[in-house]
Amino acid sequence: MTALLGTGALVRLALRRDRILLPVWIVVLVVSAAGSAAATIGLYSSVADRVQLATTVDNTSSLVALYGRIYDVTSLGEVSLFKMGGLGAAMVAVLTLLTVVRHTRTEEESGRLELLGATPVGRYAPLAAALAVAMGTSLVLGLVTALALIGVGLPAAGSVAFGMEWAGVGIAFAALAALAAQLTRSARIANGIAGATLAVVYVLRAVGDTASAGGPTWLSWLSPIGWAQQLRPYAGNRWWALAITLGFAVAATAGAVALAARRDLDAGLIHDRPGPAHASARLRGPFGLAWRLQRGLVLVWTASFVFGGVVIGGLAASVGDFLTGPQAQEFITELGGQQGLINAFLSAELAILAVIASVYGIQAALRMRSEETALHAEPVLATATGRIRWAWSHIVIALAGSAVMLTGAGLAAGVARAADTHDARDIARVLGGALVQVPAVWVLIGIVVALYGLAPRLVSAGWAVLVVFLLLGELGPLLKLRQWAMDLSPFTHVPRLPGAPVTVVPLIWLAVVAAGLTAAGLAGFRRRDIG
Amino acid sequence: MTTAVSVAGLVKRFGRTRALDGLDLEVRTGEVHGLLGPNGAGKSTTIRVLLGLLRADAGTVRLLEGDPWRDIATLHRRLAYVPGDVSLWPNLTGGEVIDLLGRLRGGLDPNRRADLLARFELDPTTKCRAYSKGNRQKVALVAALASDVELLLLDEPTAGLDPLMDAVFREYITQDRDRGRTVLLSSHILSEVEALADRVTIIRAGKAVDSGTLTDLRHLTRTAVVADLAAPPDGIAAMPGVHGVEVRGNRLRADVDTDRLGDVLRQLTALGVRSLTCQPPTLEELFLRHYADQLAGPREKVPA
Repeated sequence: MTALLGTGALVRLALRRDRILLPVWIVVLVVSAAGSAAATIGLYSSVADRVQLATTVDNTSSLVALYGRIYDVTSLGEVSLFKMGGLGAAMVAVLTLLTVVRHTRTEEESGRLELLGATPVGRYAPLAAALAVAMGTSLVLGLVTALALIGVGLPAAGSVAFGMEWAGVGIAFAALAALAAQLTRSARIANGIAGATLAVVYVLRAVGDTASAGGPTWLSWLSPIGWAQQLRPYAGNRWWALAITLGFAVAATAGAVALAARRDLDAGLIHDRPGPAHASARLRGPFGLAWRLQRGLVLVWTASFVFGGVVIGGLAASVGDFLTGPQAQEFITELGGQQGLINAFLSAELAILAVIASVYGIQAALRMRSEETALHAEPVLATATGRIRWAWSHIVIALAGSAVMLTGAGLAAGVARAADTHDARDIARVLGGALVQVPAVWVLIGIVVALYGLAPRLVSAGWAVLVVFLLLGELGPLLKLRQWAMDLSPFTHVPRLPGAPVTVVPLIWLAVVAAGLTAAGLAGFRRRDIG
Repeated sequence: MTTAVSVAGLVKRFGRTRALDGLDLEVRTGEVHGLLGPNGAGKSTTIRVLLGLLRADAGTVRLLEGDPWRDIATLHRRLAYVPGDVSLWPNLTGGEVIDLLGRLRGGLDPNRRADLLARFELDPTTKCRAYSKGNRQKVALVAALASDVELLLLDEPTAGLDPLMDAVFREYITQDRDRGRTVLLSSHILSEVEALADRVTIIRAGKAVDSGTLTDLRHLTRTAVVADLAAPPDGIAAMPGVHGVEVRGNRLRADVDTDRLGDVLRQLTALGVRSLTCQPPTLEELFLRHYADQLAGPREKVPA
């Protein structure tokens, strides 16, 4: 088939470029799954303990919404991995969607594909190579995960099913990203489309999983994440569910190929229209430019956060409806607070939003680096714009944007909560819980700025730092890590509001650390070469 | 005569490579100065040091009586830059980019902007991602030429332009020089530099190997002389400064050192001249002279 000519060479090129990235992702995900399984096996060796925990989880809508349902309350495997099933699968989806867009639309947008396309490379070869790499990575990840889980002592069949659950989600999102990459000329927008789809299908299964018997439980069946969870590893291993995921992947791939066959190189389905011949008065200085470049992202993220806040505030009322027994109460309390299950729920959800806001913050701060490597910074810095002012224009958007998002989510959750309780003071209480997260998010932005100024080539390590902080928070207590290790994460220091006493000192420290990191980064940036 | 740019002993290293290795450069106020060299000679690196984007490792650099690393904000108000590799924000239109860069520099002349857009036949409503290489170059050129600045730093500005647009570009540069602007023009296109530049600096492997007006540079080289004479050109070959003599009957072809040209012509006149052509060296020949050993083969790899 000449249309696939050269696919092998492109696969090798992609593997050469991703030789560090892909193994690191695989190791992080496998270690997270095996680590949390190993720790749980020790903690919940008796069936009674597992039933207690699993029943508690299943009866807590917020946990089911976040992680998914436990189908066999006696299953050691399910209890061990209930956090990693849904959330872990979402991380696998992020991995494969970024990989596919990176090797298709990004290459095309940068013009590199044009160079390759003039060599004897088939029309579908770049798409096929990207899918082969992403899907191959998913399969390797699934197999290694299965082996690691068998290694720590979980049943073999369930472990293979769990590995395939992850692999299936990876494959499905690789195909979906291939489709998204055909729609638009911009790799950034392609990533956005695929990422937003992931968020939507995650919410679909959350709504389906939490629905009561007569409710819209079928929503879970509209979601690739839902299909993966319906494989039910360690709880019956329904292998046929895998067929749905693979069927979806085949359909999405066919759609991508059909679109690719009809379009020109460097074209999308969405065409450009002519724009203004003159810049508006707002496109004035570096801040005007940075806002123009980043405003779309800020608005979409803020809207999503407001929506998320409404959902969280509305769900809060159902927390604890079915709770029985002191151990269940203890379990919820362990998740994030001292007084009141609802407070614990709200503070835990706001902490998760803070991690997500950090994703935005890192992405926004990384824009400085992509502007520089794309040679967009050079003409601006050749004008009267100083380096520090230029850098601030992007840093301010990262800092203010993440603060605005958390404020929006806090206000929305507070209003939704107050609508239930008819107590207006709840607005301020919930908003406070969101605002205390802001300095922790700023620390992550500070880390990216410091890397950008001092070691620009390592600036993507900001993502790795976030993953480490996230894992410290999610798995640290389970793995019984020492306090100093937990203290490395800024999120450890945030007071668990609403509910806990307001402690200002750690917030000030977080802000000081963020300011120090930013100052160090700017000092480094002032001294180094551009480009 | 004041200097707009003066660089002495400039060194810039990237890791182990020395991109600039003791470069000297002087651009006088009000002149068009050509910075000539092949790919990788250090032209763009020099300009980026002048812009304060790169930090010099050694040497002195003065730009418009300031320090390009320290006085960025004040200096950059007085200059405009066209990068060799123009990359623009894909979702902004060309018109928006021109206005933005102009405003960042401190304003541009709207009449001149309109005039330039018309002359360069550039549609300002197109999104930058849809522009060809030449059109992206035009966006940067319009933004630079419409700005009210003293100094233009142009890094291979015509690399993507067609011959018609190239002519428009030359017209504007000539006009700008007449209005007293200083232009530093890097290029490897010899005819362009020959047509526009008052003075030229030839750089090679990060060093300036020659600098001066074209007349100065020619002075150090040979003029090709072809003469039909009344008698055989005996004794000419023995004269000092005469090289590569070819004689066919009464016809002579020789390369003559330019400072010996007068003596040789007197001798020829004495023999009786029927026809005579003297061709001064083109910039290309000057250039080739400095790179001749490189063309002859890689001589850098001398065994230790």
